[in-house]
Amino acid sequence: MTDLQDPQPGARARPVAQGGAPRPPRPTPTPTPARAPRGDLVGWLKDHLVLILGLLVLAYTFVPIAVVVLMSFNQPLSEQSKIYQFQGFTLDNWLNPCEDPSMCEALGRSIEIGLLATLVATVLGTLAAFAMVRHEFVGRSTSNLLIFLPMAAPEIVLGSSLLAMFVASGLAGQLGFWTILVAHIMFCLSFVVVTVRARLAGMDDNLEQAAMDLYATPAQTFWRITFPLVFPGILGAALLSFSLSFDDFIITNLNSGNTTTFPMYVYGVSRRTVPMQINVIGTVMIVVSIAIVVAGELNNRRRRVSL
Amino acid sequence: MAETTRRKGRVGYLLILPGGLWLLLFFAFPFYSLVATSLYDPSGSDFRGYEMSYAFGNYVDVIRDYWQPMLRSLLYGATATFFCLVLGYVLAYAIAFKSGRWKVLLLVLVIAPFFTSFLIRTLSWKLLLADDGFVVDTLQFVHILGADDRLLATPFAVVAGLTYNFLPFMVLPLFASLDKIDYRLIEASGDLYANPVRAFFKVTWPLSLPGVVSGTLLTFIPAVGDFINAEILGNTNTRMIGNVIQSLFTDANDYPAAGALSVILMLMILAMVIVYVRRAGTEELL
Amino acid sequence: MSQAAEIDPAAQLDAAYDGLRLAGLTKSFAAFTAVDDLDLDVPRGSFFALLGPSGCGKTTTLRMVAGLDSPTSGTITLAGQDITRSKPYQRPVNTVFQSYALFPHLDIFENVAFGLRRRKQRDVETQVADMLDLVELGSQARKRPAQLSGGQQQRVALARALINKPEVLLLDEPLGALDLKLRRSMQIELKRIQTEVGLTFIHVTHDQEEAMTMADTVAVMNKGLIEQMGAPAELYENPRSTFVANFLGQSNLIAGTITSRASDVVTVDMHGITVSVPTGRTHTDGDAGWVGIRPEKVLIGEPGEELDAPGNTIPGGVVTDVSFVGVSTQYLVRMPWGQELQVFQQNTGRVRMFRVGESVELSWRPEYAFVLDQSQDASAGAQQVGVDG
Repeated sequence: MTDLQDPQPGARARPVAQGGAPRPPRPTPTPTPARAPRGDLVGWLKDHLVLILGLLVLAYTFVPIAVVVLMSFNQPLSEQSKIYQFQGFTLDNWLNPCEDPSMCEALGRSIEIGLLATLVATVLGTLAAFAMVRHEFVGRSTSNLLIFLPMAAPEIVLGSSLLAMFVASGLAGQLGFWTILVAHIMFCLSFVVVTVRARLAGMDDNLEQAAMDLYATPAQTFWRITFPLVFPGILGAALLSFSLSFDDFIITNLNSGNTTTFPMYVYGVSRRTVPMQINVIGTVMIVVSIAIVVAGELNNRRRRVSL
Repeated sequence: MAETTRRKGRVGYLLILPGGLWLLLFFAFPFYSLVATSLYDPSGSDFRGYEMSYAFGNYVDVIRDYWQPMLRSLLYGATATFFCLVLGYVLAYAIAFKSGRWKVLLLVLVIAPFFTSFLIRTLSWKLLLADDGFVVDTLQFVHILGADDRLLATPFAVVAGLTYNFLPFMVLPLFASLDKIDYRLIEASGDLYANPVRAFFKVTWPLSLPGVVSGTLLTFIPAVGDFINAEILGNTNTRMIGNVIQSLFTDANDYPAAGALSVILMLMILAMVIVYVRRAGTEELL
Repeated sequence: MSQAAEIDPAAQLDAAYDGLRLAGLTKSFAAFTAVDDLDLDVPRGSFFALLGPSGCGKTTTLRMVAGLDSPTSGTITLAGQDITRSKPYQRPVNTVFQSYALFPHLDIFENVAFGLRRRKQRDVETQVADMLDLVELGSQARKRPAQLSGGQQQRVALARALINKPEVLLLDEPLGALDLKLRRSMQIELKRIQTEVGLTFIHVTHDQEEAMTMADTVAVMNKGLIEQMGAPAELYENPRSTFVANFLGQSNLIAGTITSRASDVVTVDMHGITVSVPTGRTHTDGDAGWVGIRPEKVLIGEPGEELDAPGNTIPGGVVTDVSFVGVSTQYLVRMPWGQELQVFQQNTGRVRMFRVGESVELSWRPEYAFVLDQSQDASAGAQQVGVDG
């Protein structure tokens, strides 16, 4: 009600007669184009309060990212220095990303595991999603539970379960690349099933009947109608799988033996001297992922607008 | 009449088999192994091997030894979830109703920061909250913090890290359920209830409840089990249950105790999820 | 039921019958029978409507003809060929789906070309262009379905099915999603296209007005059975069951007892008043019946007034409700036996309007009345009247 207390005519943000009191006649009959700035600002802030707060939250999520980008141009920390802070600008980290070869080795291994886990989880998960949506079989609800529980379980429980099994089956000495891969496929699988299942369930099944009605054999119906329509879901599931696998630390750490993935490398150096190259990798990761999302969105728009 | 008729026959089994078998072998069976491990004779070790002795005493022991980190985990997890809900709701509401044609862009921006490695992000917070860092210096300057107070290695830092890292798990389900609400309903409620706060709690909040329930679960579960934030941003007084399990497994090699703690954590979370979902009346989520 | 009588027994034996024939078609689901021992002949080139309330089995019948559901028993023959068990993609039958089911990832051209391409036809380009011109969508060929309006999508769905020149085109409530005005113009459009291409159309709908406007033959379906089949005017003027009498338009049904049957006329005692009905319009063998009369066939006048209805005069009515609806005035008249009858009077300007409470006399020409079996529910099919969309 700030505008009612304001004695200045024309200061109202909205010329609405609020309350029963008639407005006093204006001393000047000419319209006042310039509104008083204070009332206007308050009104604008009121109208946009939620948006402003939302953007502030969004800005907050970018603060650590700004730090990552900034630190990627930081001069290396001295061996003695335990303090992680900005020392001075340099391009060295970008020019020599693999100064510590073990970092790039860990990075390569993470990418390799990520790709393999994504491939296997996406294939198995997509098949399972089709089974869940399209087929009737004994054990449906058990399967449903089996798919849901890994997503509801904390990672530490998943990791320690696997470790307990590997140890109990005498594989404690074999922990490494393959055990990590097995674990990653396991936790990616549920997310793939859920993502593809949502896409598949949202699909109008009249479409497939229409295709059959229009002389498409079951195989043609699948490849010309079903698959293209479910594909965005499968692609999304694959991207999700890769980022889950690439970023996993807790489960990996328990089942890795002496093998080091990129998150494990970062965890290791966080207790010692942090090489600034990890920030280069962090920056590249965010740039690449934004590029993928933007490319996908542009592609969508192009399809929607013409052709 | 577009009723989905699920086909019967062999194909369904063939499709579910590989994935189902994988989850059976590497999720269900390991969990059974974990429960078995938790009942091993605690005097065993990696070298001498373990013996199954149905040592339920393991559970009593770990609760006696580790009730503090257990309670702390629940507390930190709940606090972080609460902050995520507040921040996430504002953000999701702004994107769903106030962003106009920038909706997709803002959604992308919400997810984008989280494509950088979890650990690298947490290290950034370590730098931001460091003793000589900008944040601490500013807070000391305005006397919110005393000259010797610090942020790093405090519960505050751990909860802040958890809140930050799990925020998208809250925002996305909230956005999904808010985006489904017809904005005209909210406008109409503005006519019915003079007070916008009342209008919000009478209309918007109940309609967004499914998103609130799945968002809080998706945030709370990983937050309780997390130990990276406590490890990097906290100190020995902020150890969470995850830190304990991790070190029992990898440092102390006390498998039965670690197993018992994991089982307890899983049961606690399952129990809470069931109670919570029942009370919120959104069982279809499960 | 009565549908058995609709089949010409000679045609049943004729293998050269070139239309669509359903014989003993039954579809049972776990709990109920959707279609019950249905016999039906649809002549080649006809515009045939299956009319009934939702759940009457009309859509299931359509899906069985399309091959999307398989019958529990019975046969489907098309132009002498048994297609009961052939796959949907093997039958010369195409469907216009209720939701249109346009492929969202293909443009309009490719949607329409889909069937031709699957059958490896030549001149896809020209055929599709011609078809799009027929439905007046030539300029939209490269758009995606989501970019078109509801009416345009409906025409794409029609074009996509028509281009294959099927023996039978099935339309499943094709106009249900359109608004009233668009529906009217599409009804005329569909009829024009059907005449132009000369294919057999089977149109499923719950909208009696739509069925009567478009189809040359209407089959009224109820609970998995065909109640009555015939030309729209025949069904309306001479319904054989209370369901048809109520589902197609409105009817007054008055309980009565048949007192005598002559070769051309039947007399019925209706609460002490004797009325006569032509024998050909009497559809019961028993003594008790429902005397039916359409509200617009009932004349209303002052007691003792000479009305143009020799034969049946029913005195002692009192007006209880008057609704002026422009072209006509609709009265509710309470009869001495307590029943309220509906009377629609055309506003010709030559008759005066009655007020509530006035005493009146009703009458109708005997040739407009009909008699139905009293074992049937007098309100069957009534609640669906006027329900639209």
